[in-house]
Amino acid sequence: MIQLRRARRYFIVGEQTVRALDDIDLDVAAGEYVAITGPSGSGKSTLLNAIGLLDRLTGGSYLLEGTDVTNFSDDELARTRREKIGFVFQFFHLVPRLTAAQNVELPLTLAGVEPAERRQRVEKALAGLGLSDRARHLPNQLSGGQRQRVAIARATVTRPQVILADEPTGNLDRASGRDVVEILEELNSSGITLLMVTHDPELAARAAREIRMVDGMIASDGRPGSRP
Amino acid sequence: MTARDLIAYATGSVLGYRVRTLLTLLAMGIGVASVVALTALGEGARRYVTGEFKSLGTHLLIVLPGRSETKGGAPPLMGETPRDLTLDDALAIDRSRAVRRIAPIAVGSAGVSYREREREVTVLGTTASFIEVRHLKMASGRFLPEGDPRRASPVCVLGAKLKRELFDAGPAIGRWVRIGDRRFRVLGILASEGRSIGVDIEDIVIIPVAAAQSLFDTYSLFRVLVEARSEEAIPRARQAIRDTIRQRHEGEDDVTVITQDAVVATFNRIFTALTLTVAGIASISLVVAGILIMNVMLVAVSQRTSEVGLLKALGATSGAIMRVFLAEATILSLVGAAAGVVVGYAGIRIVDRFYPVLSLSAPAWAIASAVLVALTTGLLFGVLPARRAARLDPVAALAGR
Ligand SMILES: Nc1ncnc2c1ncn2[C@@H]1O[C@H](COP(=O)(O)OP(=O)(O)O)[C@@H](O)[C@H]1O
Ligand SMILES: [Mg+2]
Repeated sequence: MIQLRRARRYFIVGEQTVRALDDIDLDVAAGEYVAITGPSGSGKSTLLNAIGLLDRLTGGSYLLEGTDVTNFSDDELARTRREKIGFVFQFFHLVPRLTAAQNVELPLTLAGVEPAERRQRVEKALAGLGLSDRARHLPNQLSGGQRQRVAIARATVTRPQVILADEPTGNLDRASGRDVVEILEELNSSGITLLMVTHDPELAARAAREIRMVDGMIASDGRPGSRP
Repeated sequence: MTARDLIAYATGSVLGYRVRTLLTLLAMGIGVASVVALTALGEGARRYVTGEFKSLGTHLLIVLPGRSETKGGAPPLMGETPRDLTLDDALAIDRSRAVRRIAPIAVGSAGVSYREREREVTVLGTTASFIEVRHLKMASGRFLPEGDPRRASPVCVLGAKLKRELFDAGPAIGRWVRIGDRRFRVLGILASEGRSIGVDIEDIVIIPVAAAQSLFDTYSLFRVLVEARSEEAIPRARQAIRDTIRQRHEGEDDVTVITQDAVVATFNRIFTALTLTVAGIASISLVVAGILIMNVMLVAVSQRTSEVGLLKALGATSGAIMRVFLAEATILSLVGAAAGVVVGYAGIRIVDRFYPVLSLSAPAWAIASAVLVALTTGLLFGVLPARRAARLDPVAALAGR
């Protein structure tokens, strides 16, 4: 599903080169549940952004579902994101002037899906997350947990193969955080590949596989909690 | 993203940021309204003036002594001293078949008195046909009598204002007034004319042309008004005038013939140029509005970087982002232009109410071009912010929260 070879991402800051990803090799099979952990600044977000095609690699290669996407044009990248990838962010990133339903509808609108089908799919996505009665609410009328659920509905409404979640519980209290993770796990058990960055060892322990990053490199990769 | 979705999304954000929207609408609106109102004023003035000239009479030619090389221009102020234009010249012109009637004019200024009241006014010497040539009406009494123009009968016709000042509300017809050192019997009073150009027809006394010539001791005429038989006869009349004068002036047609068309055309040109200039100046405010739109859109882009980042993460291409922001700029300028047209029209209506004589109305070309300029500036100045948005790095945009 995801295959990174000698993937590197360097940032030039003044005179210095920051090696946010330092020759990473990574294979993720379809349907896997992977937790990405590591100290702050170790390159977790950079890795996720590279996998999500929001960012380009400085070097190395990236195969997504067998297709080499390393040299895709910007428009091809946009289309691939639209069709294959769903993002869930720490800060939700809902458009404040749009209702919950309109936020969920947004990726379908961008993809040019027919209005009738859009409405149907939005309704289903909201219902699946227990948000039907919140469809007409604006984001600032929702709790943090509800907002993140709207964001998940938005990430899944296009039926992506991969969901990339960067600290999805980072802005939530424990209970709603657990809710959100359970929803993501349910999606995973329906076949969607799930990559989730988290600080919380307890959450990481629920995944089938944990990748620990340190200084832009993979320090360990295996069952959660295992240390080399 | 379909066009309909694009418009809906852009409209949503236009409505979502009220203050910014109102500000830009205001700027665009004022710009377009001023273009519409100012061109309407220019057009109104143009039509007013040309209308005034038309009211001088149809198929009219004006013969002035002396030759002016500039066609349709003012009478010559300098140059060779021309031969006088005489009453006999005028009567000779009258014999042409292309000419329906003529009115010779001699003018001067003299004191007019009745009992102890005296006023200094313009004295206009002419013939009976003047009233037809100039389309004047009588308030009471009659105009100068037909008959030999060379006879200096002691009769006169008073302008309405002069009559009031000499006689108040009392009867004037049949009374004798003194003009200069002679006595004239009042035949009639001219109706006050709503509009007039040149001589003020209200403050005037009209006497037979021969009487005026003898009063001012001159054989020369001020000018001769010639009415052609028809519109088509104007060139023939002009030729006849030239031929007649050449014959009578020893081979020199030393007169200037102004056709009304030429005068009207000149005024038309002047006022059209004026209107265009004013419209051009007003369009500057449209450019200013465009710059404001650019500013507002730039602020919008920086306020909404995370929205742009999100749209990109959700799979929007740079082109789609660009279209979203361009659509916003277009909506802003379009609605602003529409508001401006409405306000401009309202302004015209109000002015029209108080000064109906101008009969204002904005020409269609002015409205079309104002709206077009508004749209173009909106789009043009919208491009830069839209490109900035489209080029945002999605990772950085999302991190900026
Ligand atoms: N746009 C950038 N410019 C410069 N340095 C960056 C940029 N993005 C990330 N970095 C650096 O790359 C490293 C990894 O960052 P990041 O992937 O955000 O870490 P994490 O998500 O694990 O906290 C950090 O040292 C960070 O400072
Ligand atoms: Mg991070």
